[in-house]
Amino acid sequence: MTQAEIIERINAFLVDEFEVDAEKIAPDANLRETLGLDSLDYVDLVVIIESNFGFKVVAEDFINISTFQNFYDYVGRKVAEKATV
Amino acid sequence: MHNRVVITGLGIWSCLGTSLDEVTKSLKDGKSGIGMDMERKEWGYRSGLTGIVAKPELKGILDRRARIGLSEEAEYAYMATLEAMKNAKMDMSWVEKNEVGILYGNDSSAKAVSEAIDTIRIKKDTTLLGSGSIFQSMNCTVTMNLSTIFKLKGINFTISAACASGSHSIGLGYLMIKWGLQKHIICGGAQEVNPFAFGSFDGLSAFSIRENDPTKASRPFDKDRDGLIPSGGAATLILESYESAMERGAPILAEVVGYGFSSNGEHISNSNVDGQVRSLRMALNDAGLTDKDIDYINAHATSTPGGDLAEATAIDTVFGDSKPLVSSTKSMTGHECWMAGASEIVYSILMMQNNFVAPNINFENPDEASAKLNIAKTTTEKNIDVFLSNSFGFGGTNSSLIIKKIK
Repeated sequence: MTQAEIIERINAFLVDEFEVDAEKIAPDANLRETLGLDSLDYVDLVVIIESNFGFKVVAEDFINISTFQNFYDYVGRKVAEKATV
Repeated sequence: MHNRVVITGLGIWSCLGTSLDEVTKSLKDGKSGIGMDMERKEWGYRSGLTGIVAKPELKGILDRRARIGLSEEAEYAYMATLEAMKNAKMDMSWVEKNEVGILYGNDSSAKAVSEAIDTIRIKKDTTLLGSGSIFQSMNCTVTMNLSTIFKLKGINFTISAACASGSHSIGLGYLMIKWGLQKHIICGGAQEVNPFAFGSFDGLSAFSIRENDPTKASRPFDKDRDGLIPSGGAATLILESYESAMERGAPILAEVVGYGFSSNGEHISNSNVDGQVRSLRMALNDAGLTDKDIDYINAHATSTPGGDLAEATAIDTVFGDSKPLVSSTKSMTGHECWMAGASEIVYSILMMQNNFVAPNINFENPDEASAKLNIAKTTTEKNIDVFLSNSFGFGGTNSSLIIKKIK
């Protein structure tokens, strides 16, 4: 899966499942503030990443994710790691 | 000094329709809401008969956080409550400034629980259930979610009393307002409709197996009845003090004047005439009425051989002289279980408002007990000033409510 495909898929589920306005999604935008995430929403983010990309996010990993770009990069790394295993 | 307790809003989501107008028409036409669910046959159910209930589309009405906590029955309850609050003229800005409570009947959330356990077993990971699972799985899923969505600040809990849950919710709401503890309470009952919910009930051979003719299968009081048909949805009633309703200029639809209850103190699933008679007499006594004051009885009668026999005997014991019109709307709806005690008050108020008694469809031949009752076989024009509604549940819990027209 290319990074562009990963970004496309992430943006699609954020719009569809998390009901964020597509125009508000930007690489430098703050993920938590843009999506209005609370502690319960992070649980749902774990579920949707698992169903889309086949890996489980551990809660601590979210600490280093502040922007959409951080999020894309993190998922990209995990998908690449999974492909090389 | 006790408060008078009135009903100012109704909402319904059932196999007879998803609005008050649609349900009124179904009741008047004697239209059955029963069909077949072939998935149940694949699951090994003895009977695939069920009430056919539409699924609400909530995307666009509720945001994601509100939606994902709603179990199937809570979705029905939300739709019914939205309708009830609208016609009670209770908008969100008013609700936020006043103490509105919720007492709702519900006694299972089997689909949510089963799906969660399946996920844990397959994934070996509880996080992957998502954040909504717990709010769907608990028995109080309806009150927990609706109190949050509607920003309620009053009494807030669920009544689990088997097939009398909805009726007791109205009875308890009535008592709280009557005694001055609350002014406005959302009451009702909800029932999930899916193969997860009814397997254990099907296992008791309690369901009709007249699968070749679904609309004829529910036949309360008929001598050829062979069991009930599970059904569901949700029904909501807004109860409030007469004083509050007058102050708000709310439409007053009817008055709750009597609540009777009892426990059989006997078998876990068999009906008991004595327990039902005590509930009926307590309701009449609470209302300060006699048997002759009741124009119509909406019977609990579910179409099981034993249950209908006991209720016919109990009604004849108390109403043998006055013989009011009796019908079981379960002949059309099937048994709406946790919801039934509330939905049947909604159905009966719709009859009261439109001057008719809905038929006990499929009542062709009485048995020895039902022959003594004045059962409405067809839609009957009738001015109803006062009606009584029975609900009885496993464990021997009985509830009878008396509702009066406001003149």
